[in-house]
Formats: sequence, structure tokens, C-alpha cells
Amino acid sequence: MNLITSTLSIAILLTILLAMVSFWIPQMSPDTEKLSPYECGFDPLGSARLPFSLRFFLAAILFLLFDLEIALLLPLPWGDQSILPTQTFMWASIILILLTLGLIYEWMQGGLEWAE
Amino acid sequence: MHEWIILISNPLLCIIPILLAVAFLTLLERKVLGYMQLRKGPNVVGPYGLLQPIADGVKLFIKEPVRPYASSPILFLIAPMLALTLALTLWMPMPTPYPITDINLGILFILAISSLAVYSILGSGWASNSKYALIGALRAVAQTISYEVSLGLILLSTIILAGGFTLHTFNVAQESIWLLAPSWPLAAMWYISTLAETNRAPFDLTEGESELVSGFNVEYAGGPFALFFLAEYSNILLMNTLSAILFLGAFHSPLLPEITTLNLMTKASLLSILFLWVRASYPRFRYDQLMHLIWKNFLPITLALVLLCTALPLALAGLPPQT
Repeated sequence: MNLITSTLSIAILLTILLAMVSFWIPQMSPDTEKLSPYECGFDPLGSARLPFSLRFFLAAILFLLFDLEIALLLPLPWGDQSILPTQTFMWASIILILLTLGLIYEWMQGGLEWAE
Repeated sequence: MHEWIILISNPLLCIIPILLAVAFLTLLERKVLGYMQLRKGPNVVGPYGLLQPIADGVKLFIKEPVRPYASSPILFLIAPMLALTLALTLWMPMPTPYPITDINLGILFILAISSLAVYSILGSGWASNSKYALIGALRAVAQTISYEVSLGLILLSTIILAGGFTLHTFNVAQESIWLLAPSWPLAAMWYISTLAETNRAPFDLTEGESELVSGFNVEYAGGPFALFFLAEYSNILLMNTLSAILFLGAFHSPLLPEITTLNLMTKASLLSILFLWVRASYPRFRYDQLMHLIWKNFLPITLALVLLCTALPLALAGLPPQT
């Protein structure tokens, strides 16, 4: 047990406690109307889980790509301390240029357009 | 025995003030918004409405929580709990000026935990099985992960300038000058990204009242909603504390650590008030504008700035010392 795990477990216990209190104190009187999905202009009966937006999927893929490449750059502060920092700089620039090229490609192919 | 007391009291002494701060931040928000719109805001419960957050909390916890019949029951309850747990855990490596746990890679820890927060949004939207909630969650997730890219790159640039992933190094690095001065473009983009990352106005498209009612948490009521609410405001405070540490470094003298705390938290509160001011002033963005801002403006600029921030210390022989 160290402070990281103890903080984590205290945070978890506290939220469980709060959640339990919130189900224990109030008077519960559920009925069908109250428990039906919120509805306003939509048909609430069908499942909400069918529609799938490719736009959001694409954004997620883009995020994955860029975040992975950023993860490659994360050791830069140590790389700067190596014997040949210019070499570190060269590799970092190569990764960044690759990323930029990817961004330019994505931009030209229209992957960044949202409204049409 | 002594060890156990430390293990239990230290986190609690951090978490309880955070929850109190969150409570009063909600009051501050309503007051500031009120005065900006030439009205008084809450002023009935207690002197100047000071007891309003307590009344709100009690109200939220005695209201009936709803568990919609179409929802996935377990995930529906776990999502808000996850949100609050993560929001509280995030404060662990915060140097105020002495963190609960002095992690070497504190910033990486914050990045990792804060990206886990996406799962609570996605989980709540998905588990609600309501169209509004799902659309709200999709928007929120796309927005948060998009801005995380620029957030990561900006953090990386500042880390290269300061010389390490430990948040404490920022205090040392900024003893002579705030990082805000040499890297204000980074600071401006960072501040806007934190606005978007915490789903605040003008980027609060996830809860756009006019079209989505409340976004991913439409189906939540009572206690579980309170958990989301606490998590959201705790994240706002955390992000502003982080901005203060990164760009407005607090002077730290080991003889008077209280001064550092006061200094840091004053800056963090001022930045939080700026959040409220922004909310009072700007209209909501359109979704495509939001995505254009991150992918077509911030991303290219931050990519270039990372290169600049790596090149400058090398070229000027000003590399930070290894920590």
C-alpha cells in the first residue's frame, strides 16, 4: 500500500459512498413514464444504438494516429540530454514532418471537413 | 499505525478541500454570471447566498435518482462514479507546492488519467440508451479527444522548455520569468484547449440546451447527476491549477511553503473566474467551427511550435538541466 493506491481507493470508496447515499436516502417511486428514455421530437421507442456516424469515427481514428505519434515524441526532454542532441532534434523533426505530411494529406482529401 | 494514518489522512485532506472548492465554485459561477447580467444571483440561502451550495447538494442527494428501463444498469451507474474517481485522482501529483505523491512523470500521469475520463462520458451516453444522450456523448468524446491532441503537443513544448515531466520542475524553471512571457502563443492555445477539454462555454456543444437538452447526462437525476457535476467542476479547477503551474509558475521558498499555495491558488481562481467571464461573454461555437479550430488551426501551429521549442534551447545552448 502506498499513497497512490491509497488515494485511488479512497477516491473510489468516497464515490461509492456518495452513490449509495443517493440511492438510499430518497424515496423511490418509479413508474413507466418516469423511466422511459427522454423524448422530445424523437421516437423514444426504438433502440438508440443503431445509428453510426462515420464522421465521429474518423475523428477518433485521426486522434489515435496523432496521439500515437505524440507518444513517440514524449522522451524528447531526455533525448535533449543525450551526447548528440542535434541527432535527437533530427529524429524529432522527421517525426514532426511525417505528422505534418499526414495532416496535409488528410486536409487535401477532405477528412477534416465537417459541414456538407 | 503511523503509516496508516498518513495513507488515509493525506488523501482525505486533499479531497475534502477539493470538494468544498467545487461547491463554492458553483456558487461563484452563479454569482458572477448573475452580476454580469445585472442580477443578483443566489442570495437567499445564508448570508449573500453562501449556503446555497450546501442546499443544492442536499437537494441533489434527496432527489429520486432515475434508472431508465432501457439503460444498461451497471454501466449506467459506473460511469458517473468513474468520472468522480478520476477527477479526484487527478489531483494526486499537483504540486501545491507539496503533492500527495511526488511522481517523477506527474504530467504523464495527468495526461493518462484525464484521457480515461473520456470513457465515463462515452459510457454514460451509451448506457443511457437514449438518442439525445448518445448524440451528446459522441459530440463530447469527439471534442475531448480532438483537443487532447493539441493539449498533448502544447504540454510537450512546455516540458521541453522546463526540462522534465515532474510538475515541480515548472516551479524551478519559472523562478526568473513566467513561461507565459516567452511562449504566450502556447499559453493562449492551452487556455482555449482547456476550455474545450472541460466542455465549457463557448465549447459546450455537448449540452447545447437548444438541441440536445443536456447532452450525455440527460437521463441522470439526483445523486448520479451530482457525481457528474462534481467531476466536471473539479476538472475545471484542476485544469486551471495546471495552467497556473505551467505558465504562471508560483515562486516557491521551502521556508514558507504556504505562500506558494496562496500564490498558486489565487492564480488558479483568477483563471477560473476568466472561465466564467468567457461563459458570460461568448456565444456557443458551431460544431464544424469547433473541429476546424482544432484540426486546421491549433494542430499545425502546435506542430510547428514543438519544433521551435526543441530547436531554440539547442540553438541558443539553453538546454534545461536534467532532472
